[in-house]
Amino acid sequence: MRNVRSIPTTIVLWVVAALYLFPVAWFLLSSFKPGSELFSLPLSILPENWTVSGYSTAWSRFDFQLYFLNTTIVAVVTTVLTVIVSAATGYAFAKYKAWWLRIFFICILATTMLPTEVIMPSSFAVVRDLGLYDTLAGIIVPSIITATGIFMFRQYFSTVPDELMEAARIDGVGEIGLFLRIMLPLAKPMMVVLAIFSFQWRWNDYIWPLLILRDPDRYTLQVALRSIVGADNIDWSVLLSASVISLIPMIILFAIFQRQIMSADINSGLKD
Amino acid sequence: MTALTTPREASDRGGPVADIGPLPARRGRRQHRLAPLIFISAAVVLFILFFLWPGALGLLYSFTDYRGVGDLNFIGTENYRELVGDDDFYRALGRTFLYTALAVPAHYVVSLAVAVLLTSKTAKGKSIARVVFFLPWLLSPIVTGVVWRWLFGENFGFVNHVITQLGGSSVAWQTDGTLGLLVVVIAGTWASTAFNMLLFIAAIRNIPRSYLEAAEIDGASPAQRFFKIQLPLLAPTSFLVILLTTIGAMKEFAMIQALNGGGPGTENMLMVQYIYRTGFERADIGYASAVSMVLMLILVVVALIQMRFDRKSALS
Repeated sequence: MRNVRSIPTTIVLWVVAALYLFPVAWFLLSSFKPGSELFSLPLSILPENWTVSGYSTAWSRFDFQLYFLNTTIVAVVTTVLTVIVSAATGYAFAKYKAWWLRIFFICILATTMLPTEVIMPSSFAVVRDLGLYDTLAGIIVPSIITATGIFMFRQYFSTVPDELMEAARIDGVGEIGLFLRIMLPLAKPMMVVLAIFSFQWRWNDYIWPLLILRDPDRYTLQVALRSIVGADNIDWSVLLSASVISLIPMIILFAIFQRQIMSADINSGLKD
Repeated sequence: MTALTTPREASDRGGPVADIGPLPARRGRRQHRLAPLIFISAAVVLFILFFLWPGALGLLYSFTDYRGVGDLNFIGTENYRELVGDDDFYRALGRTFLYTALAVPAHYVVSLAVAVLLTSKTAKGKSIARVVFFLPWLLSPIVTGVVWRWLFGENFGFVNHVITQLGGSSVAWQTDGTLGLLVVVIAGTWASTAFNMLLFIAAIRNIPRSYLEAAEIDGASPAQRFFKIQLPLLAPTSFLVILLTTIGAMKEFAMIQALNGGGPGTENMLMVQYIYRTGFERADIGYASAVSMVLMLILVVVALIQMRFDRKSALS
């Protein structure tokens, strides 16, 4: 009975999953085709002659090491700072009451509605006036504050019983010590989740690095990739391979943190 | 992680901090005025620097003819008056609305359907399928754009190849603006499923099993159980997903840049691209700021409407 009933849903699930898989699979398989085979009709799913020539050309033509390094610096530094700032701010929202906290909370809520993309010209002017134009810091600093992270921690800390704080206070632990030594260790799972998400956002960021960076030596991966896409005559074999190379770090990250990502409760979180 | 959202705690979430008697509470509040200020100080500074200041500056610029260098000349509401007669602006605005109107229902229905499938009791192989649905999350918007451009190429794409093999004629995915937008909608839906699906899965898991079991005993069909029990209980998550995808669609940029560059021509240029183009390619910061202010106003209105519907879940 059970087995029979499971057939229709299983089929639907797998048909939909196959549809989702296909674009990536086609893309990946195409990247192993020699340039001549990419456009030869009839198209075949599997490459007839497997080759990595696209990869070697892409690797030698583009300074991937440099782009990886730049993007890693941006993603890691932003992520560390995002986690710290979000945890502290979310903690204050969850555990203290004051009228100015309430007002600032509404301010943070507003940032989700008015993303940087929307006020791009003036955001650019601000970063330039701060002397951060064409620096990696110019990408890092404005990206630290995210409403998502703050909301995630606010929700997390509001589930921690207040009695725990009272007990610590009676034991003479100061407010900062309470946060650093008791609350922050408690929030470790949430820190991991936000770190993964933040890393993914920053690794894939495009518009802001595009505006801030001018020197190709400071290009992040996405900006560099776009320079191939934007060419008048796209060299597809290079573009396919370069795109695949750019995915490798995210795939490794996913493989390591698969369980945390899949079980992440981001219910109160917002996309950034 | 899952303990976070057990129903009991979920109901506590919005409530005030537990009262532990009037005296200690009042003393506590007086004592802890400085600590929260220290905790939020970094966020306040960043908020002022990268949100409040650009917002105010954008408003200021929108009344000037600023070009990125040189002095500001106030020109009153001229930018806004010019905007009213700007066909390119209307086209970008119209396309943005059209894209949003198509993308939001698509994102919502697809990610909810996938979440339901992945939490279904009867389906087999859910853990592998979940990884498959997660794959697009790994791709950057630029790579997503490239993938779909490759798939929907007019002369070389796989989709047209299949269509011609089946006896049809090639479809103008890139030279027809409306079809081009359709590809963007499909690609966007594919790319954003993972995140929205995650929100829905968490919410579906929070629905007490007993509700569905009781309905099943009472003879409710799976469809009835979904529409009468699950869907209403998912309302807060649904609102969140709709709000997020609306804002996401209105500021779509990177994926389109890589997919069709807003083309053919400028036919599918959305608002953010229009701002980018006027502000950075034509260095007309004043005018671009005016466009920004209009987009900002639209987003505020969208968010306010949304919050009227669902004040509690947005603020809690």
